[in-house]
Amino acid sequence: MELKVLGQEEASEAPKGGCSAGSCGSNDDQMSHLPESIREKVYNHPCYSEEAHHYFARMHVAVAPACNIQCHYCNRKYDCANESRPGVVSELLTPDQAVKKTMAVAANIPQMTVLGIAGPGDPLANPERTFETFRQLSEKAPDIKLCVSTNGLALPDCVDELAKHNIDHVTITINTVDPEIGAKIYPWIFWNNRRIRGAKGAKILIEQQQKGLEMLVEKGILVKVNSVMIPGVNDEHLQEVSRIVKSKGAFLHNVMPLIAEAEHGTFYGVMGQRGPSAKELQDLQDACSGDMNMMRHCRQCRADAVGLLGEDRGSEFTLDKIEHMDIDYEAAMEKRAKVHEAIENELNEKRTEKDDSNIVSLAEVAEEGKSYRPVLMAVATSGGGVINQHFGHAREFLVYEASTEGVRFISHRKVEDLYCSGGDTCGDGETVLQGIIRVLEGCEAVLCSKIGYEPWSELEEAGIQPNGEHAMEAIEEGVFAVYKEMIESGKLDQETDAEKVTA
Amino acid sequence: MSLSIIESCVNCWACEPICPNDAIYEASPHFLIDPKKCTECEGDYADAQCATICPIEGAILTAFDEPYNPPGSLTGIPPEKMAEAMAEIQAR
Repeated sequence: MELKVLGQEEASEAPKGGCSAGSCGSNDDQMSHLPESIREKVYNHPCYSEEAHHYFARMHVAVAPACNIQCHYCNRKYDCANESRPGVVSELLTPDQAVKKTMAVAANIPQMTVLGIAGPGDPLANPERTFETFRQLSEKAPDIKLCVSTNGLALPDCVDELAKHNIDHVTITINTVDPEIGAKIYPWIFWNNRRIRGAKGAKILIEQQQKGLEMLVEKGILVKVNSVMIPGVNDEHLQEVSRIVKSKGAFLHNVMPLIAEAEHGTFYGVMGQRGPSAKELQDLQDACSGDMNMMRHCRQCRADAVGLLGEDRGSEFTLDKIEHMDIDYEAAMEKRAKVHEAIENELNEKRTEKDDSNIVSLAEVAEEGKSYRPVLMAVATSGGGVINQHFGHAREFLVYEASTEGVRFISHRKVEDLYCSGGDTCGDGETVLQGIIRVLEGCEAVLCSKIGYEPWSELEEAGIQPNGEHAMEAIEEGVFAVYKEMIESGKLDQETDAEKVTA
Repeated sequence: MSLSIIESCVNCWACEPICPNDAIYEASPHFLIDPKKCTECEGDYADAQCATICPIEGAILTAFDEPYNPPGSLTGIPPEKMAEAMAEIQAR
């Protein structure tokens, strides 16, 4: 059999820039075929490029409290410091405060490339506060990319204003294109001075979203579509949504799992609507990926998140703390440019190395005529695209699939609160380690920089092979090396066809 | 006649810009309605604007001190279901 060599196609198609081999959550081929103008827009945007999210940071400023619709997964009582999910913030900012905070973060976290406004309400339902923030920032911090996330209701009226402020990236949350399904997600919208309920309201929202999407694409603004996967409500329907938004020119589709707990006080939480399992989510993402460039690395962050996608450094930049920071933005901008250049160089170097290492093909270990099943592996990383985190320190694991086609990023899995008081989500008497083992279900190996003796044996017993041998190696290389070892050991020899059907 | 805002207000700002009489103002701990300015939108709109965009059930009262948006009317969560869920959380 002819085995594909990792990254080979990308190497020949895209000698510079774009997505690195195999890894990109946003489908590789589509990324590597991007025109240079779009690649320029996304290569350092952590939410638009899976590769970028290992290196570049983003922040949200919570300047937009008002909303013009109600979603069944949202509760407008949002002042919580300890929860991490969309719509939640600790303190609301005025545009002036938001600008100050942005510049403070940009000076202290030079990897920060993107400032987004994502609520806690709808940014475009607060046009004055949102656009005042953008206006000041495009003047004072011209090296920061600006983006905005919206439910789309007010979008058509705002497209010109968005274009004027150089907003290059807009995310629209589109959960459905069917008003009847919409009625199960949106109880009401505020439209032309009335509260409009049910399918009638949903129909208006859907029309506005689609119109806004078309207008943005027309203007050359990059559009990402977010969809919340709600089992039994819109799960099957989202494939159609994916096809439609792609045909209208959306760049990326991000299908996220519903977050619903009774204590959030949301309709879905209180009514017991469940979210999807990791597998259901992955299956849907895979089903959509035939049509669309999928985002799989979303962390569903807060409307005031700061830092790399997997972390939140918001508490370092509260209003009282930034009050005392003295920021020389000119100097900060120079430093940022250097840091960004260094990251770019590192990325380019890694690409070249990867091209060389591609010589190492699977053919060394694979036997003629045999096929090998794909394997999921979890990785502990604190950024930089390398396996560099101690198992016990990981708050989340990145899951990769290794197959004879190469290595691809699948999703992240959060470790539930290490200091959880127990009860609701942990199950009775479950230890932290048991919780992690449950979270890693389906993975056959976990790669980390180090791991203690005790978790080692428990993981092994659970069928998840711990591996600390690839510490500080690039993630995809480490994962692929382990995959090769598994092939060599005969672990992955395909079952017979009959067995495969049931697998 | 005037509407009023009570302590369950979450200060989301949605009502403030849409009041046709500029009767709503930011205050601590929550937004307030100036009763001298409020007309309940009579003559301007069919529905009182603040209470029509407000996402919080019970946060705005009518001139008769009754919730303009009673429990369950905005979220769709039946009040008994909400009470049940809260009791269950309390019992944990």
